[in-house]
Amino acid sequence: MQPDTTAGRQRAPLRFATVGSVDDGKSTLIGRLLLDSKSIFEDQLEHIEAVSKRRGNDYVDLALLTDGLRAEREQGITIDVAYRYFSTPVRSFIIADCPGHVQYTRNAITGASTADLALVLVDARHGIVEQTRRHSLLVSLLGVPHLVICVNKMDLVGHDRDQFDAIRQEFTEFAARLDLRDVTFIPISALDGDNVVDRSANMTWYEGPTLLHHLETVYTASDENLIDVRFPVQYVIRPQRADHHDYRGYAGTVAAGTLRPGDEVLVLPSGLTSRIARIDTADGPVDEARPSMAVTVLLADDLDVSRGDMICRPNNHPTPSQDLDATIAWMDSEAPLALRRVYALKHTTRTVRAMITDVHYRLDVHSLHRDTEATELKLNEIGRVTLRATAPLFADDYRRSRVTGSFVLIDEATNQTVAAGMLRTATA
Amino acid sequence: MVTRVAGATAQLEDEAITIIREVAAECERPVLLFSGGKDSVVMLHLARRAFWPARIPFPVMHVDTGHNFDEVIAFRDRTVDLFDVKLIVASVQDSIDRGRVHEDTGPRASRNPLQTVTLLDAITEHRFDAVFGGARRDEERARAKERVVSHRDEFGQWDPKNQRPELWGIYNTRRNRGEHVRVFPLSNWTELDVWRFIAERDVELPSLYFAHHRQVFRRDGMLMATNRHVPRLDGEEPFEALVRFRTIGDATCTAAVESAAFTVDDIVAETAVARVTERGATRADDRISEAGMEDRKRQGYF
Repeated sequence: MQPDTTAGRQRAPLRFATVGSVDDGKSTLIGRLLLDSKSIFEDQLEHIEAVSKRRGNDYVDLALLTDGLRAEREQGITIDVAYRYFSTPVRSFIIADCPGHVQYTRNAITGASTADLALVLVDARHGIVEQTRRHSLLVSLLGVPHLVICVNKMDLVGHDRDQFDAIRQEFTEFAARLDLRDVTFIPISALDGDNVVDRSANMTWYEGPTLLHHLETVYTASDENLIDVRFPVQYVIRPQRADHHDYRGYAGTVAAGTLRPGDEVLVLPSGLTSRIARIDTADGPVDEARPSMAVTVLLADDLDVSRGDMICRPNNHPTPSQDLDATIAWMDSEAPLALRRVYALKHTTRTVRAMITDVHYRLDVHSLHRDTEATELKLNEIGRVTLRATAPLFADDYRRSRVTGSFVLIDEATNQTVAAGMLRTATA
Repeated sequence: MVTRVAGATAQLEDEAITIIREVAAECERPVLLFSGGKDSVVMLHLARRAFWPARIPFPVMHVDTGHNFDEVIAFRDRTVDLFDVKLIVASVQDSIDRGRVHEDTGPRASRNPLQTVTLLDAITEHRFDAVFGGARRDEERARAKERVVSHRDEFGQWDPKNQRPELWGIYNTRRNRGEHVRVFPLSNWTELDVWRFIAERDVELPSLYFAHHRQVFRRDGMLMATNRHVPRLDGEEPFEALVRFRTIGDATCTAAVESAAFTVDDIVAETAVARVTERGATRADDRISEAGMEDRKRQGYF
């Protein structure tokens, strides 16, 4: 295994999404991770103890740690994604704590969109239920590279190995229809802390890692696309000052691939080619830029390059196209998707206008059935569509490149983000 | 040619720079809120790194309650000169003089809540359409729910139940005339990340952040600095203590903590084992109610 570092950079935090409802024990699990890794501060604990007591609860309600909005605390449900941070000596973590209810699916998609790993809770007494299937489908659609199925409440089924094995078997059969690359099953009891941070004395038959150990060691460096060079130009830097007056740098964040000085590049949409003269940062030039690094690229030739252009390689670049095939999740609570209506479409640093010309099917998020009669999508519905854009996009297949394969649609009247899109290209 | 030697915050730094550039590209009149507090100083450094070797392409603004620590104001003025950025001072005293806000009196009075009106008036006056702030999600539970790019309507209000979905690294900065977005590039940083950045990048800070001997008095379990802006109540006897400030705001609502951390490295070590959040330890203004921050944010607070 290669070391999980990049040219002296320490490991980035692991971003993981927890999807589920209070009933699954999700908040208890997060509270347990934070408590057992000593990441809850005394004043936070005192605060939730005091609120729990005032409300007449018999126990400390750990959900109050993450449910930060008044409406959430009043209703006792998670409505929007909450972000929490903790670290162990081995790794730091960003948790996107997502709601599990179907009416907040758009928020769960938001949380999953940036996750390296998703954690789905299954109640050991009930096994795989409708909600498990929906959440796993979202994890699959959003291309989250790693999935952990936490079979929780093992204490309520007598820590029974057969029960755990049956759930694993049932899920594995269902997941065959999804695009899940790495699935790990862990039997836990969030309430008692079994297999969360410490190994369980009650489940000696389980030989795998504890949840925290798995999170600390899951290998994510190979999730990056280091092959297809994609550098969306975000901002042109031209200092109007004497000491740098010929400077013209293309600032941006590497979407995929590795850029090095001397590399031959092709710029879209112009199709012109040049060479990387230098890759700058505020600390001086670097000899390599890898995915997610924010750098400034200087080219050897004086080309006309502006924001929204894409720097790639002459023998590896997207084919610019105005016709797009995508899976989209509708997120607008005000209005359903309207065919042939024009929306703003933002893809990397490029904004164009686009209309949806055809809905191929609506996906039933529980049965995975494709309803080809569908002509619209409402809030939280997912479907396959064709779009026509006013200008070409430099699109990759989402499964190959999350950054250059994703886009959002924005309603030009309300400025609301109304849809999340994942591109499909024929070549992937 | 250097091989980039970057530390634990490299990835967070790249994310913040990406956000700053994106907003500068899409908005016409951004401004960076700058108080001289550590988070805003880190923001200023990140802005310089984002556009280097060009100048920072937007001004900075301080909402000045008039009750700040003298050392911090001196630091503020020195820093904006050094960074060659334009400083706009929006004064709460002006808002009081013009009758825009009414000032409470008494020993517990604070101008902190009045800042919202001054801030929103200044945003309107200068027609700012994007306002960068150094707030972090780990600070407070309402902030844990907020988007990186967070829409404000024409009244400056935040609607937490109707936030725009924010997917991948795609930020929706669109706003109508008179509206603006608040932008929080440090959303995913923790207090420890901020200190690590300060250590790695040799960031200069106001001296108040480091341990020093100071006259303080005890109020509500916190150590308040004796100061001309904070009248003392009966029984609040001043005494000298070795303290530092974990957060710096208005002198009327920012408390010190006992500490012997004299250097940035001392503070990194102290922060790594801290058992109380920085706002919990030192901010009287957060103690208002269970949803104090959410309510203030809804009205347009930082």
